[in-house]
Amino acid sequence: MSKNNTVFIGENKSFWERNRRSGGYLLKRRALQITISVVRALLMFGLCFMIIQPLITRFSLSLMGEQDMYDSTIRLLPRHVTLDNYRIVADLTVLPTSMLNTAWISLLMSICQIVAATLVAYGFARFEFPLKKFWFACVVVLIIIPPQTIQTSLFLYFSHFDIFGIIKAIRGEELNLRGSLWPYTMMGLTCMGLKNGLYIYMLRQYFRSVPQSLEEAAYVDGCGTMRTFLKIMLPDAVPTIASCFLFSFVWQWTDLFYTRNFLTGYTVYSRELSSMVSKMAKYFSSSATETVTVPLGRQMQLIGIGVFICCVPLIILYCFTQKTFVQSLVMTGSKE
Amino acid sequence: MKNRKYREHWYSGITEAIQMYVPGNRIYRTMEARRARIGTLFILPFIIGFLAFMVRPLISSLEMSFSKVNVVAGTMTPAKFDNYSYAFVADPDFNKLLVNEIGRMSINVIATLVLSFVIAVILNQDFKGRTLCRVIFFLPVILSSGVLPGIEKQNQFFNLMSSISESVNESSGVNLSLALQNLLSVSGVAGEVFDVIFQMINAIYDIVMASGIQIIIFLSGLQSISPSLYEAADVEGCSAWEAFWKITFPMVSPLLLVNCIYTIIDFFMKNDNQVVEHINDVMYGTQMDFGVASAESWVYFGVALVFIGISTLIITRAVKSYE
Repeated sequence: MSKNNTVFIGENKSFWERNRRSGGYLLKRRALQITISVVRALLMFGLCFMIIQPLITRFSLSLMGEQDMYDSTIRLLPRHVTLDNYRIVADLTVLPTSMLNTAWISLLMSICQIVAATLVAYGFARFEFPLKKFWFACVVVLIIIPPQTIQTSLFLYFSHFDIFGIIKAIRGEELNLRGSLWPYTMMGLTCMGLKNGLYIYMLRQYFRSVPQSLEEAAYVDGCGTMRTFLKIMLPDAVPTIASCFLFSFVWQWTDLFYTRNFLTGYTVYSRELSSMVSKMAKYFSSSATETVTVPLGRQMQLIGIGVFICCVPLIILYCFTQKTFVQSLVMTGSKE
Repeated sequence: MKNRKYREHWYSGITEAIQMYVPGNRIYRTMEARRARIGTLFILPFIIGFLAFMVRPLISSLEMSFSKVNVVAGTMTPAKFDNYSYAFVADPDFNKLLVNEIGRMSINVIATLVLSFVIAVILNQDFKGRTLCRVIFFLPVILSSGVLPGIEKQNQFFNLMSSISESVNESSGVNLSLALQNLLSVSGVAGEVFDVIFQMINAIYDIVMASGIQIIIFLSGLQSISPSLYEAADVEGCSAWEAFWKITFPMVSPLLLVNCIYTIIDFFMKNDNQVVEHINDVMYGTQMDFGVASAESWVYFGVALVFIGISTLIITRAVKSYE
């Protein structure tokens, strides 16, 4: 009994008793804590709701029949549940083909980009060579320059593609690579793809944070440079590489800029989605001569479905990989 | 194995390069020369790509902006500053859109930085449902990428819709921010500052959607702060508020610059950006004027660069004063 009184003063006392002893400090502190957590919960809930709400609305809208759109008593729950809208959107966006194309092109491009970016990042992080600072400055330039600046000239460059006049000498004319997969792949393999500078920067940051003694031990044991890279550095870097890969995949999936400029020969979902509105009038008209103006509400509904379909695979992918994703990003951190 | 450190100036590398890459030189057979060659091999893809797909198009784009381009015939005739003067003087929309976007950007960048920092600090705390919140807050990375944000803005209906909902709200008085705005403007308090703040509040959805990556970057910075710092501060009798300003903020402030630059670039490259749309119109629309389009995109890039420069200066000053 005496132990309780001396060592743990407040052990058996009520909250108010302890508060009195502390001179009101305990109550103040508790009140502050509760206020903070309530405010935090409200803020988080509000912001989260704001992010999710459009998705929910889109989903419920997508199930509504057309007559539900004009019924002002219906807000969220559809009365005439139908999957017809999905069929229409699938027709408009050439669905199975465009989605499959998008999938394998995104996959191919992300692999190209990440392989190249990993090699380059390792080179920047671990080797000293002449002009290193200059080339790294170029990486920063690459991050900063908006692709719109060089869009025009890349467009012309790939229409008349040539390497030092070799192709012209063989074939008699320059290659027109527009519409094929080559320009895109070449740019991915040489680190010039979509936001590639960012991946180099992130991976370099990671490689720099790995202790150098690890590699030195491998060298002492007789590993060559390449083997050290493949056996020692790569396995640990997998989470970071995976997260870069995910970024790359997601951005590739929804990208319109490169697909519109270079991939005109393929049916890609993002481009179909962006041209959906213009195709609607034709789709809903019964004959070739008749022109139908699709009601704006209907247009919005169908576009919403298109966006929803575009997001769903990515969201599923993200939910599965979320844990490694967040952790690895935390690891890349600001370690200098 | 000691890596050789090079001198500060990048051009000093040229002499080193001659010594290291050309066989027969005395230094060629040393370990460091070998490492230098391997390192160069690693970054070779980047060098090739940069020269072929960045430097070359950049030069030709610059050239194009100074000449009259005929796409069909594939000819270019020099035209000095004609395209630039056309962009500024004759083009009816370009100036207006540019000024609009710059105004919108400067507000949005500040708002994005503040909001993403606050959210990152909250997400770094320990509370129930934190994992779920983290998942949700990274959704904008997906939802605001590529074609998705622009597609709905393109559709005029959304503008119509928002104006309708605004008018509905006005009559019923539900919209708190609008009501407050009216109240303040009636009482004569509201000035330019309030306008800006209300603009921010109304644009909060856009801002949250644009701050996915920034939250991740700030969060990673917060996680790398050693907990022992806070422990030491606690032992010395530092309050949480003081700890925030003396430890958290200075530790994360270097990332402020990274985020600021990223936000500016992101904003400048978005699909729903009016200037980008305008440039696309000029290029692929009825005009098909590549010369003017590239002149306009160079002006745009110049503006972006100026903004990045200014914000870098301001932030490095501000961050230094903390140290």
